[in-house]
Amino acid sequence: MGELMIGLYVFVLAALAGREVITKVPPTLHTPLMSGANAISGIAIVGAIVVAGRAEGTTQMVLGVAAITMATVNVIGGFMVTDRMLSMFRKR
Amino acid sequence: MNADILVELTYLLSAILFVVGLKRLQSPATARGGNALASFAMLLAIIATLVDTDILGWTGILGGVALGGIIGGIAARKVEMTSMPEMVGIFNAFGGGASALVAVAEFLNSPTVGMSTAGVSMLLGTVIGGLTFTGSFVAFAKLKGLITGNPITFPGQNATNGVLVLGTLALGAMTLGVFGGQDPATLFYIFCGLSLLLGVLMVIPIGGADMPVVISLLNSYSGLAASAAGFVIGNMVLIISGALVGASGLILTQLMCKGMNRSLANVVFGGFGGTAGVDRAQIGKRPVMRADAEAVAAELGYVNSVVVVPGYGLAVAQAQHELRKVGDLLEERGVDVKYAIHPVAGRMPGHMNVLLAEADVSYEKLYDLDEINDDFAKTDAVLIVGANDVVNPAARDPQSVIAGMPILDVDKARRVIVMKRSLSPGFAGIDNDLFYSDKTLMFFGDAKNSMSDLVREVRELA
Repeated sequence: MGELMIGLYVFVLAALAGREVITKVPPTLHTPLMSGANAISGIAIVGAIVVAGRAEGTTQMVLGVAAITMATVNVIGGFMVTDRMLSMFRKR
Repeated sequence: MNADILVELTYLLSAILFVVGLKRLQSPATARGGNALASFAMLLAIIATLVDTDILGWTGILGGVALGGIIGGIAARKVEMTSMPEMVGIFNAFGGGASALVAVAEFLNSPTVGMSTAGVSMLLGTVIGGLTFTGSFVAFAKLKGLITGNPITFPGQNATNGVLVLGTLALGAMTLGVFGGQDPATLFYIFCGLSLLLGVLMVIPIGGADMPVVISLLNSYSGLAASAAGFVIGNMVLIISGALVGASGLILTQLMCKGMNRSLANVVFGGFGGTAGVDRAQIGKRPVMRADAEAVAAELGYVNSVVVVPGYGLAVAQAQHELRKVGDLLEERGVDVKYAIHPVAGRMPGHMNVLLAEADVSYEKLYDLDEINDDFAKTDAVLIVGANDVVNPAARDPQSVIAGMPILDVDKARRVIVMKRSLSPGFAGIDNDLFYSDKTLMFFGDAKNSMSDLVREVRELA
């Protein structure tokens, strides 16, 4: 099986797992879900590190560092703001 | 053990922790731990990548992380809860942008990649990431009020967009050399430009109150862009995380569409909403019963049950803290207070819940539409704060533009009090018969001032 097909299997199965897990998130947590998922999409930082780390030319370096910066905003900002929100959900 | 295997196992552990972290979001009690787990998973993935890559220069990487970390950290600390939709919008833009740049960099590294898995993934990453980037910025500008929240439409818009999508596809195929040997790098730059343009054109025709759908959809795209970047660099943890986010965004998109009884196509292509075409002269001409804070306090303070219905107006006025004070005072008087939250109240899924949580309202008092709708018939008084379309009985009229939209059945309660600035219509641009009903009292004014007055008056009740 080629790398593409393995990737597709992984993608589809992960999406199905995500669907099962996320359908059960109650509406009251939909905003934190969204910002938390958003932070997870900052996983692009992994790709950005690969690009910037291997860069030999200026173009690659500039694109890689720009990608790292944007992805880090997404990751740090996303997880922190989600934590801030979730700390407010209390039972009294 | 071989270092490569260790790296791969770390990625696998990271993917597992992302799923477990999301699973813990199923309950408010475990959600915070779940988020912490997901952020730990991210850290693991980053460490594995740093170990795995032969890094030629650290300066750029560390500089980028430091700069991004500072910006993200400050933004996350400073943002008002009322501004969460904008915040998520802009973070989406960054996520999509980062994925796009990864794809762009890899393409420029090997522009003659041609029609192959790698080539297709690079172009997909570029187009999805690129349109997420600009589309999210437009959504941000709309939410922030930098550009009009009304739909921006022009004749032949859908046709133009259709042609543009086909053009982008054709250009993508040309870039990969399907039609022979043009200069791939030049074609690719045009392809990038079209991707960015698509994002703008996709979001401008969508109006303010449809933003919950758009934000959810862009959220989904930012995940798909990350997955595409994963195919580009052959990294499973990117593919998995991207798929999780893609699924999450898509589920929320569906829920939001269901909350308005409209199809996704109708939201995206409909140019729905805005009040431009409505004859405003006809709206608000009928007589209403007005009430001041003192009268409203008396209506709420001497009954058994009150249900509060918050809407976007609560967020605009930032009146959530005053609202909670009113709720507390009523509870001290023995009134049973609940909060009824419509799926599309506010500008993003769960917007109202976060506001009320910020104001320290217990999450156990927040009820969604299905949970509370049967209770209205037994409710003494409903207090509507800055909501309109989600309580408009016109949704039961098959002829109405909002026909079939699930609404909160507030008109079944014994008394309805509407706190609102004026009789102006909501996003759907239609009048609301509820305001003229003989059981409705209109309490006009800015929600924050009105609510402060109400706090004082409830306190003074005997």
